[in-house]
Amino acid sequence: MRYIKGEAFKYLCMAATVIALMLLALLMWDAWDKGAGWLSLKFLNSFPSRFPEQAGIKSALWGSIWLMILTAIISIPLGVGAAIYLEEYARRTWLTRIIEINISNLAGVPSIVYGILGLALFVRGLMLGRSLLAGALTMALLILPIIIISSQEAIRAVPKSIREASYALGSTKWQTVRHHVLPAALPGILTGNILSLSRAMGEAAPLIMIGALTFIAFTPAGPFDPFTALPIQIFNWASRPKAEFQFLAAAGILVLLALLLAMNAAAIIIRNKYQRYIKW
Amino acid sequence: MDRLRIQRGHIPYLSEFFHSIKLDRLRMQRIRELAIEKALFLCALVSVLTTIGIVLVLIFETLSFFEEVPILEFLTGTTWAPTYRPQHFGVLPLINGTIMIAAGAAVIAIPLGIASSVYLSEYASAKVRQTVKPVLEILAGIPTVVYGYFAISFITPLIREFIPDANIFNAASASIVVGIMILPMVSSLSEDAMRSVPRSLREGAYALGSTRFDVSTKIVVPAALSGILASFVLAISRAVGETMAVTLAAGATPKMTLNFFESIQTMTAYIVQVSLGDTPHGSIEYQTIFAVGMVLFIMTLLMNIVSMWIKERYREVYS
Amino acid sequence: MTEAIHTTNLNAWYGKTHALKNIDMTVENNKITAIIGPSGCGKSTFIRCLNRMNDLIDGFSTEGEILIRGKDIKDTDPVALRKKIGMVFQKPNPFPKSIYENIAYGPRIHGINKRELDSIVESSLKKAALWNEVKDRLNDNAMELSGGQQQRLCIARALAVGPEIILFDEPCSALDPISASKIEDLMIDLKEKYTIVIVTHNMQQAARVSDSTAFFLMGEMIEFGDTKQIFKKPREKSTEDYITGRFG
Repeated sequence: MRYIKGEAFKYLCMAATVIALMLLALLMWDAWDKGAGWLSLKFLNSFPSRFPEQAGIKSALWGSIWLMILTAIISIPLGVGAAIYLEEYARRTWLTRIIEINISNLAGVPSIVYGILGLALFVRGLMLGRSLLAGALTMALLILPIIIISSQEAIRAVPKSIREASYALGSTKWQTVRHHVLPAALPGILTGNILSLSRAMGEAAPLIMIGALTFIAFTPAGPFDPFTALPIQIFNWASRPKAEFQFLAAAGILVLLALLLAMNAAAIIIRNKYQRYIKW
Repeated sequence: MDRLRIQRGHIPYLSEFFHSIKLDRLRMQRIRELAIEKALFLCALVSVLTTIGIVLVLIFETLSFFEEVPILEFLTGTTWAPTYRPQHFGVLPLINGTIMIAAGAAVIAIPLGIASSVYLSEYASAKVRQTVKPVLEILAGIPTVVYGYFAISFITPLIREFIPDANIFNAASASIVVGIMILPMVSSLSEDAMRSVPRSLREGAYALGSTRFDVSTKIVVPAALSGILASFVLAISRAVGETMAVTLAAGATPKMTLNFFESIQTMTAYIVQVSLGDTPHGSIEYQTIFAVGMVLFIMTLLMNIVSMWIKERYREVYS
Repeated sequence: MTEAIHTTNLNAWYGKTHALKNIDMTVENNKITAIIGPSGCGKSTFIRCLNRMNDLIDGFSTEGEILIRGKDIKDTDPVALRKKIGMVFQKPNPFPKSIYENIAYGPRIHGINKRELDSIVESSLKKAALWNEVKDRLNDNAMELSGGQQQRLCIARALAVGPEIILFDEPCSALDPISASKIEDLMIDLKEKYTIVIVTHNMQQAARVSDSTAFFLMGEMIEFGDTKQIFKKPREKSTEDYITGRFG
């Protein structure tokens, strides 16, 4: 009896795991089933349209790429800088403690709240309008906590002995960080940053808040241009009842997932490559 | 200094000259170091400024909202109709919708999540765990708009197959996908908590003749309880803040209902709805998004704090 | 001047823990001074005070005076101080770079001209008795060297900056006996030009290499004197107990 109970429990737990995995497979299959037929070079290279057969994701794709690059430029220096400060410079004071609690709290704030901030601060306050820059600033704030936390972990993983070796030679703090800590932590930092950016890549809510438009028949030429992005285009298509638009949404999802997969793969490759190289 | 003089030859003034260059170099270096430290500190400060920014923006606009709408009406009113005449600003229907989604998602994610975490932590071989965990992390990394699409393209038709009366937009469908979405979070964080339970505790129990079932349910889960509970709260907070999936699948009808097969609206979906429309800046409708955003922010913040508190408060210290 | 280091009434705390109590000690030029004592007696804390390494630890504080060549280290920039006082650690800690880069790094950050680097690398490696083993593979990663070679590389790295004093913090405790004896020989060679302070667990090592020995216990310096005297005729009972292996 006891044996049966134990076995039943084991298979119950196993079943839960299998269900979770099957849901993932189902989700992928559903998008592939409906969207694969609509994937084509023309789809990648056409602007959105009222006519599903002519519609494509050119503006959304370029918008997303622009957005990622700008977001990276803004958030990576800020995030890595903050992580360096917290790990290497900050003394354990109340201020440091507040900053750290604050960061972990910010990581739990819903993305749409960042959208509200972006709307009030960047779109209206700084009068950036519904531009790429406003979107990138909003996204940068959104992923900053995750960038900081993952960079901190990477920096913390650098052994203390390397810092001691450097200081003992008469290096200054910044020389130690710049020449030894950062190079050693770089693979970890890069991995974390890429994963954070991939989170931004999939976010739609904050961009809707700041008013990233959906019907845009041009690719942005600069950071002050209006834009749309892949998740927004997908949202727009998915919210239309007509079946063809649903298929377009699925095709858009496939492109988005492919991009995310590529980013994740890059992160994993970087991690594995350097993990092998550096051993303490 | 003696060494320096020997190196530079015995010309005193030349030595002093080099000496002064050296001092300059040191001073420059010290200034540079200080500037870098200050710059890095400013980077760290950005996160604090973000919080202050969020709070100020929310408070500022919410206060002007409350000049028009009594706070009591906002918090206790059971009709939310800011765009119709007469306008009603009772936020309870939106909160109701949000809680329905979060509760429904929890019903799905918590049992599945904890069962799979027990499997991964106590039963699965290292190899299985190392394969399954990253796959679950992929599940966690899928954009929420994709879950929304999955809800309307797959889950909703499936529900309507069994319950033909169900609305094309319904809370059940949204709950299910949000549940799937937060499942990896529950599973992964709970598994971390269970795996940090020391081996010695397990071995002690096995040595007394306990089965794996006994060890899992009577030793590991209780010992990891604080981490597991914290993961629940965190996941539910995530469900409360979830936006795209509920906007797509749950509908746009703020309603005091408990029927999962009706169309409802969450706070987040309302905020999106207003932003998609052309609401003039400064109007009362525009201000509603800040008031609703404030409620959302406070709810999620409280849950995050509770989650952190549980984790700190009940952390068993093993050494 | 024969005094390289002189401490007066040195006290140190980690937060509230009183780690060093009223240490008065004199280290003479071109001598090897060993510091022995059981774990946690403050011997590592002591030498880390000398090059202000402990400044990097939160909550660490000192009172009292440390004079290096007659100059109070509180008035010296820690960066300049550490250039004058090299340090070798318990576990070999080469940078994960090439052998050449490991040595050249220190001189470079102190603004030494590129053209001089090659000769500094060569002379430092020679002084550390490593040149013959690595001269053909200066561009190999230092992590590929054996533990003993890595430790000698760390010594060479410290020498390259041109220090006057070298601190050794249990330099042989992570090494096999043969590598350890090479390091010991090296230290004896080095004392011609440098002043050496070594913290060690190993009493035989202290007896073999050092000229004077200090015995620390629970943050206090129990006894300090000529090494021969300390090991043959310790004045204090606890020193004798420790040396004869009754505790520690």
